[in-house]
Amino acid sequence: MNKYLLYPGCSMDSSAKAYMESLNAIMEPLDLHFEEIDDWNCCGATEYLGINLIPAYSLIARNLALAAKQTSPANGTGGTRTVVAPCSACYLNLAKADYYMQERPSLGVKVNEALSAGGLQYKAGTLDVRHLIDILVYDVGLDAVRSKVVRPLHGLKVAPYMGCMLPRPDYQHRWSDHEHPTELDDLMRALGAEVIDYPLATECCGGHMTQIGPETAFELIRRLVADADERGAQLMATVCPMCQMNIDAYQNEMNHFFGTDYHMPVLFFTQLMGLAFGRKPEELGIGVELVSSRKALANIGVEVPVVQEAAAPRKKDEGLPMPPRLLKGGNGKKSKKEAVR
Amino acid sequence: MPQMTDERVRAGLAREEDLSLLHEVSMKTAGVSHLEMCIQCGTCGGSCPAAMDMDHTPRMIFAMLRAGMRDEVLRSNTQWICVSCYHCVVRCPQEVHIADVMYTLKGMAIKAKLYNDSTAPHFSQTFVDMVETYGRSFELGLASRHYLKHFPLRLPGMMPMGYGMLTKGRLDIKPHKIRQMKQLKAILSHAKKLELTS
Repeated sequence: MNKYLLYPGCSMDSSAKAYMESLNAIMEPLDLHFEEIDDWNCCGATEYLGINLIPAYSLIARNLALAAKQTSPANGTGGTRTVVAPCSACYLNLAKADYYMQERPSLGVKVNEALSAGGLQYKAGTLDVRHLIDILVYDVGLDAVRSKVVRPLHGLKVAPYMGCMLPRPDYQHRWSDHEHPTELDDLMRALGAEVIDYPLATECCGGHMTQIGPETAFELIRRLVADADERGAQLMATVCPMCQMNIDAYQNEMNHFFGTDYHMPVLFFTQLMGLAFGRKPEELGIGVELVSSRKALANIGVEVPVVQEAAAPRKKDEGLPMPPRLLKGGNGKKSKKEAVR
Repeated sequence: MPQMTDERVRAGLAREEDLSLLHEVSMKTAGVSHLEMCIQCGTCGGSCPAAMDMDHTPRMIFAMLRAGMRDEVLRSNTQWICVSCYHCVVRCPQEVHIADVMYTLKGMAIKAKLYNDSTAPHFSQTFVDMVETYGRSFELGLASRHYLKHFPLRLPGMMPMGYGMLTKGRLDIKPHKIRQMKQLKAILSHAKKLELTS
């Protein structure tokens, strides 16, 4: 049995619900057990670090302190010292705080001084911070994953998108390469998918630039989507809620900006694992993506449920809805019926 | 690494006042920044996916820091355009913590109120406000406050996206609040009094 502490991160409750649902669906077949860090707080994403250093690291370290306390033998749940984060930004922040508090001991001292105001302490290096895909590839192992596949994804062309904050800066040397890691490729192949050659696999999705400098972000999203499209991918697999959000939710706006017409669905790698393990798409949060994966998944005979289509852009020539009396011909009542029709 | 700075000064490589800014930025950066080790090779700018939108490449920023050009550096949009992708960080032959230096420059620019475009600093501040209030991020509150203030014209084009996120249950109407908000507030308010000095 593999048991870990889980730091879900804020997105798993909202914009990346599908990630959480699909993670829940693959835990049982892989004999994975997660215990959520009790009362965890936001990691500050990429925002707090740019405002004020010690508070930013204290915010992150509160989670580490809570996790260390929860796993200590005194609390009876002893055993694991591994914290798993499914979000790349959360993973990096937690790993970064743990590493820098060791590299710069004065940072560790100040952060602990702040933590003690809340009755907490954290000794850097106590915990191992790892990303979910790290656990699946290196602890569970590809053979175990392969053995659970009942519906191989044969015929599905996947662009393996690792994103940037997962393989870099890689303080603990966990990945096969900083710029061209193969973990996601291997995992997708183990599911039977056809993995396309995707050199942009660790380029940035734009991060918070969709919020503060959309033109910069749109260009970064365009590169990723255009390259996946040109190389024949039917969908992109991602390991991070922020990447999924940027490429999925902003793809439409990006298309408007450049006058392009890309349609590249982005699913979490756990959703594809769930499909290969024979789970139904609705158990895996498939269908809540804004760029529909229906056409792509039809290639492997999976029918995507209709959740709720996003509102179609209003046609220009229709104009505003007009009251019936202004419509052409006949009396008011008849026109009203026509208008309704 | 203050020793490095002193050695350079002793070697007559630069005057002391020139290096005070470099030293200050290095000191305020998490970890051991290696900033003084920059050899101006330009690998950072060449690796940057967003360099085309920057006023100065990271390499140039580091040269300007060494030259003591405080206002020019803090007013530059470079630190705000940085997307924290860490391409430069893993390629830097001197292992300068480039992305972390960018965070330091953001903080210094906010403190000195030296920025030409307030969009990014306000976004960070709004995000932090949410976290300090609820202990968690709150996407709907953050997005609505931010877009109304900085991108009102983008809103109509974003309606289909917002509607899709809402109807598909991907946008929470209410924020989640952590239980021990009091504890978190105590930690953060104490942390705000602290600074890295060694």
